[in-house]
Amino acid sequence: MLRSLHRWPGLLAAVLLIVIALSGAALSVFPALDRLTQPSVIAGQSVADLAAVVQAAHPAVEQIRRAPSGRITAYWFDGDTPGAAVIDPQTGAELGSADARAVEGWLKSLHRALLLEDAGRLTVAVAAAVMLLMAVSGAMLVARRMGGWRHWFAPQRRGVSGRWHTLLARVGVAGLLVSSITGLFMVAATFSLTPDDAANPAFPNAVSGLAPLPAQELPALQAIPVADLRDLTFPVADDPTDAFAVTTATGSGYVDPGNGALLVWADNGPWQTAWEWAYLLHTGNGAALWGLILGLMVLTVPALAVTGALIWWRAWQSRPRLAGMVAADKAQTVILVASEGGTTWGFATTLAQALQTAGQSVHLAPLSSLSPERYRSANRVIMMAATWGDGDAPSSAKAALARLRAAKVPNGMELAILGFGDSSFPVYCGYALTLQDAARAKGWAMPLPLGKIDRQSAQDFARWGRDLGAHLGLDLSLNHQPQAPQTQALTLITRRDYASPEAPVAILRFAVPKTGLWARLKGQGFASFAPGDLLGILPEGSTLPRLYSLASGKKDGFVEIAVRQHVGGLCSNQLLSLPIGGQINAFLRANPGFQPDRSVAPLILIGAGTGIGPLAGFVRAEGSRRPVHLWFGARSAETDLLYAEELTAWQKDGRLDHLTCAFSRSTAPRRHVQDALRDDAEALRALVTHGARIMVCGGREMAQGVQAALADILAPLGLSPRSLKAEGRYAEDSY
Amino acid sequence: MKPMKPLFAALALTTALVLPGLAFAKPVTLTVTMNNYGGRGAYLAVYVTDPAGAYAGSLWMAGGKAKYYRHLSDWARFTGSDPAQVDGITGASVGSGQTLTLDMDLADALFDAGYTLHIDAAVEDMRDSPNEVSVPLTAAGAGQAVTGGRYIADFTYGF
Repeated sequence: MLRSLHRWPGLLAAVLLIVIALSGAALSVFPALDRLTQPSVIAGQSVADLAAVVQAAHPAVEQIRRAPSGRITAYWFDGDTPGAAVIDPQTGAELGSADARAVEGWLKSLHRALLLEDAGRLTVAVAAAVMLLMAVSGAMLVARRMGGWRHWFAPQRRGVSGRWHTLLARVGVAGLLVSSITGLFMVAATFSLTPDDAANPAFPNAVSGLAPLPAQELPALQAIPVADLRDLTFPVADDPTDAFAVTTATGSGYVDPGNGALLVWADNGPWQTAWEWAYLLHTGNGAALWGLILGLMVLTVPALAVTGALIWWRAWQSRPRLAGMVAADKAQTVILVASEGGTTWGFATTLAQALQTAGQSVHLAPLSSLSPERYRSANRVIMMAATWGDGDAPSSAKAALARLRAAKVPNGMELAILGFGDSSFPVYCGYALTLQDAARAKGWAMPLPLGKIDRQSAQDFARWGRDLGAHLGLDLSLNHQPQAPQTQALTLITRRDYASPEAPVAILRFAVPKTGLWARLKGQGFASFAPGDLLGILPEGSTLPRLYSLASGKKDGFVEIAVRQHVGGLCSNQLLSLPIGGQINAFLRANPGFQPDRSVAPLILIGAGTGIGPLAGFVRAEGSRRPVHLWFGARSAETDLLYAEELTAWQKDGRLDHLTCAFSRSTAPRRHVQDALRDDAEALRALVTHGARIMVCGGREMAQGVQAALADILAPLGLSPRSLKAEGRYAEDSY
Repeated sequence: MKPMKPLFAALALTTALVLPGLAFAKPVTLTVTMNNYGGRGAYLAVYVTDPAGAYAGSLWMAGGKAKYYRHLSDWARFTGSDPAQVDGITGASVGSGQTLTLDMDLADALFDAGYTLHIDAAVEDMRDSPNEVSVPLTAAGAGQAVTGGRYIADFTYGF
């Protein structure tokens, strides 16, 4: 609901809002320009002094105006010729034309009425109301996404959809709220929808009729500082019954020209005072710096419109389009999707196609349409549920839970739930867990444990697919690409080969490919990458990319991976036989879950084989700013001690504080990396007590062995890899 | 600018003046030609003062937003900027270089009796120009153009 409220009015009003925002931002420059070019207020100068200065230069002065921006304009007559100029309050000298700047006037007409009259003003007012709606609903969406208002400025994860949109919104939303509210208030006042309680004193009944005194001798005008002045209208020269009319920021009154008495005064009412504030906040006239800041915040509107439209477009693009789908009552498997940004539909389609390939009939539908009694041919229902923010349901599936609670589940129908979420949130896959509780309360059979996919991890998904396939007795291979990768050709610049007898290994270093401006703006492709991110390589003759952990970051100026040759492995064979200057097709995938945090706490790196790649990258990048301890498992020092030269050098220059190598196939002592950990249990406990963060990279078996070893090592501290993971202090990248 | 025909234009004048006169009213055409002053549409207040110089009533208000009426400063002083004074006799503001033509029935009693017609003008972001036109209403004055000041080039009334 909130999302639709945010999306549709926004898409409809986008062009209009862009015009209003750009013109508004351009207008915000003028108060600053005035501030820079106008003489500043003269300390202690009263309206009486100013009137005298102007009158000396132009005896027939009729009116002096001071704009909130500080610009002072005088109007007079030379005989029958009207004259006007911006004047210097010090000297009365003319500083320039009194006419409004043509460009400013045009922009103002465009900004508030689209160069039209009332119809334009009303259209702009509607647009301002839409902007207010967008700002409020958008702020609520951001708060929900970040897991609460308290986390408004918390750093966002890389690789999250709509990251730019959220980033810009968090900066700009305050300005958009102020602009739209004050703008609407001013339109309302223009159309007399708010009470007009500006000071409007009646002309005094009696004026002294004495001969006029020189302006600087009038006490009532001496009492008003120039900074407060808005308007001073002089009495008609030969009319003894006339008086000075003076208006300030707070009210207006009449002053006797004969004796300088304040004949009558009235203060502005609260509505006029509110209007003055709205005007100041909206235009920056009288608060030039604020005006510029507001202008900058409003400049986010075009970017928000474009990124917002892109988010919608991507969601639209990733709607399910499943060839060969059967009706709900004919399908053996019904897949139900609760998606927030639309990406979960992509996973669902991959699963549906894999099931179809395995001979199953499939129906794919949104979770909000759940009705098990209709699925007459179904043996199982698979729910794929994204989580929004801190465990909430995606907006498209708000009603699903109620339907689930009310549903009648036929006997023999199984249920599998796959949650999509972000493990860095306190409640990971919270919505899927809620669904599981509700289904359990229904007595729905769930033979598989709840699956969890962390930040759209293709690996997690493939793993879950294998479990599902094993349960169904089907060969399910789920190779899901959330977005078809755009590959670029990478050129090999150096290679280091380790002739390990059974399985040769190489460290391959590629040149960073050029990225276009657009990609750099969007942070896409090779515009930014860090050790631990994934390099997807598309081997020739295959459409299935293989993922390698990066050993380098953008700062290093090259793209580096460590590759072990697998028997019959298409990709690894192509890579290991790649000559210098040869090219491969590759793309970049952010892996925000496997990055060192920003703290200066010690870093414990544990890896084996080619898993050393990203760990070496971390030493290179992090070693100079925090203690780094590396446990590294290889087969033997002679065959595959990757990065041996660098490791020695880093130990020397202090980037690597401590290195332990374990060799599994050398002469004694033979040990795996987990054995080395057990030998160093005391040192590890000391490091963890000092807040160390642990990062593990390598094969899945090694990772499990490391987890088991660490569980034993940390038990005396009352800690475990699981508890550290919950604190964000244990990250693992296994394959 | 199209001529306009305010149905009860004269009704806006104070009742004491207009009611006895209505039976003896004659159609009058007022023509205001604007200078090329180069700003947004001008607000114009057309009103009449009696032989003593007191406000007698309004004939027309060009400009629809009551918020800006205070800039028609003489008129505003007479009426306290009361928009009710121009209820039903309000039209659009008059652009730079344009002509405003008003057809209305005015009481015979207004002519050759010391009444004066005034026009105040104001333009956004430009000076207020009260009493730009101030012309005695006489039968002899009909058809004679009177020059304005800052915004009004000339003004004519005719039968």
